[in-house]
Amino acid sequence: MAKTIDQHFDNLRGTRVWRSIFRSGTGSSPLKRALAIQQNVFLHLFSTKVRTRMLSFSATWYLGTLTLGTFLILVATGIPLMFYYHPSVPQAYADTKDLQFVVSSGLFLRNLHRWSAHAMVFLVFAHMFKVFYRGAYRAPREFNWVIGVILLLMTLLLSYTGYLLPWDQLAYWAITVGSNIASAVPVMGEKIHFLLLGGNAVNANALLRFYVLHCMILPLAAMFFVAIHFWRIRKDGGLYSHASEPATVRARTDTGAPLPKEGQ
Amino acid sequence: MDWRQLWEICSAPDNVPIVGLIPLLAFYIYLAVKQARANDQLIEQLEADPAMAKTHHRKTWPFKPGWQKEVHVWPFLLRIEFLAAIIITIILMVWSITLNAPLEEPANPNLTMNPAKAPWYFLGLQEMLVYFDPWIAGVVMPTLIIIGLMVIPYIDTNPLGSGYYTWKQRKFSISTFLFGFIILWVAMIIIGTFIRGPGWQWFWPGQTWDHNRLIYEVNRDLPDIFGITSNLGKAIFGAIVVGGYYLVGGGAVYSLFRRRMGKDFSRMSLLQFSIMQFLLLTMVALPLKMGLRLLWHIKYVWITPWFNI
Ligand code: HEM
Repeated sequence: MAKTIDQHFDNLRGTRVWRSIFRSGTGSSPLKRALAIQQNVFLHLFSTKVRTRMLSFSATWYLGTLTLGTFLILVATGIPLMFYYHPSVPQAYADTKDLQFVVSSGLFLRNLHRWSAHAMVFLVFAHMFKVFYRGAYRAPREFNWVIGVILLLMTLLLSYTGYLLPWDQLAYWAITVGSNIASAVPVMGEKIHFLLLGGNAVNANALLRFYVLHCMILPLAAMFFVAIHFWRIRKDGGLYSHASEPATVRARTDTGAPLPKEGQ
Repeated sequence: MDWRQLWEICSAPDNVPIVGLIPLLAFYIYLAVKQARANDQLIEQLEADPAMAKTHHRKTWPFKPGWQKEVHVWPFLLRIEFLAAIIITIILMVWSITLNAPLEEPANPNLTMNPAKAPWYFLGLQEMLVYFDPWIAGVVMPTLIIIGLMVIPYIDTNPLGSGYYTWKQRKFSISTFLFGFIILWVAMIIIGTFIRGPGWQWFWPGQTWDHNRLIYEVNRDLPDIFGITSNLGKAIFGAIVVGGYYLVGGGAVYSLFRRRMGKDFSRMSLLQFSIMQFLLLTMVALPLKMGLRLLWHIKYVWITPWFNI
């Protein structure tokens, strides 16, 4: 009898090398399943168990997950884009043009990066709307909402700094409009404007500053806050479901698809 | 009706997502309303029927024996998240194959783009530049928005409606949030994208963008209408109008809470209440100021040497 794929996979997970990497080993016992989360540096941000009801679409509309998904796409497409891009004038524009016409799949890469950025901004707003509407920011989750607002700001700043990088007319004037606002601050305005752009107008220095912010500082900061965001969800007791929750949400899962069973 | 112009606006690569996302937002709002209505009906039933409240209350969860209240994150949650990530990747890939990102002429400081628009998510702030001084629209307002969002959990003292959708139990907070989100943010994005044309002038959808159009609108300041000419007079007059707005408005909010939302009022501390009052009145002031400008061509209400409002 040939082995099933599952069995091959189980064998693989039983090997010494696999176990040395993932520590938790194989098996679907409750213990092993808990260990799979606890023993993993990334996954341990999650709790080991989740309320069945919170798995349903109606609880979260999966918007937070989708936001994270777009963020990961942006990281994955952003790195190869960096290989082809010099943050200098006028090279930046030429590089973008090359991506469009010369680099193989460059056009696709750039499109994916740009549209994912649009999608992420939209999804963050939608996620915030959903969290508000479900009353999921109530105690003890207040501070996670504040972290969320910081993440919203990060997302907007990431998008804004990235907007300048193609160095075309659209980019140049959008950033000019935006950064001119900074000079309107009373007393300090001109200084802030200068600090932001590294000059009195959007120029090569501004491009370099935006590039460093966009490719280094903001993504790192965003990841840092996303980690806190997820960790707080676990620490605050999982996704919000309050004692006063009415039963319809349950009644819905009741009639709908069968709930996942534990174990085999 | 200039269909070409309309098509040009809607098919600009950066605008296509907006055209597509508006229905998606409408769908989410529909979903929210639907789920809230289902819960509200149930709450009504439970209030009317104590016996049912007993069996349907959360304490009895799970009310089918043998059901798991909790399952393991691995694999039950992670596989959903994985699937969601794959689905969004596929959608975005298809989108990237069908629509190309814009790339215009190289940046040229000597050739001004007209209209020069900020990225779409900042169009609300750019629209505010029409009605307010740049540092108010570009600095004070964003700061207030961020702080306002952050304080929401700390000023919302309603014990009902935590962790489930409802409209009945949270009418005030939900309508305030939707006012901010839909009227002050989404509507401004729509105006900025589809209506504002060259010179940031107002062009109805289907109207041709005329780059040479001049509008002779005489904008007046509110003090001018009252014949106040001295600088000191203008500053004092404006302070009275703006201060009066916050006083009268504050009184209105106070009496609304006292009469209609007595319970909410008694739960809030003075600090919580005044922060809420201030933020609410400031939000409401924006469309009022827009109306003054768009309908009566009034530019500023309060004029001082340092700032104009
Ligand atoms: C980069 C941006 C963000 C990412 C990747 C993210 C991700 C997530 C994820 C995956 C969840 C789990 C459940 C769900 O899908 O709803 C969540 C929950 C939550 N998010 Fe976010 N989020 C982001 C931004 C925000 C923003 C802007 C806010 C609000 C201002 C926010 C507030 C919250 C709160 C309060 C919860 C807990 C909800 C509950 O307990 O039911 N997040 N987030």
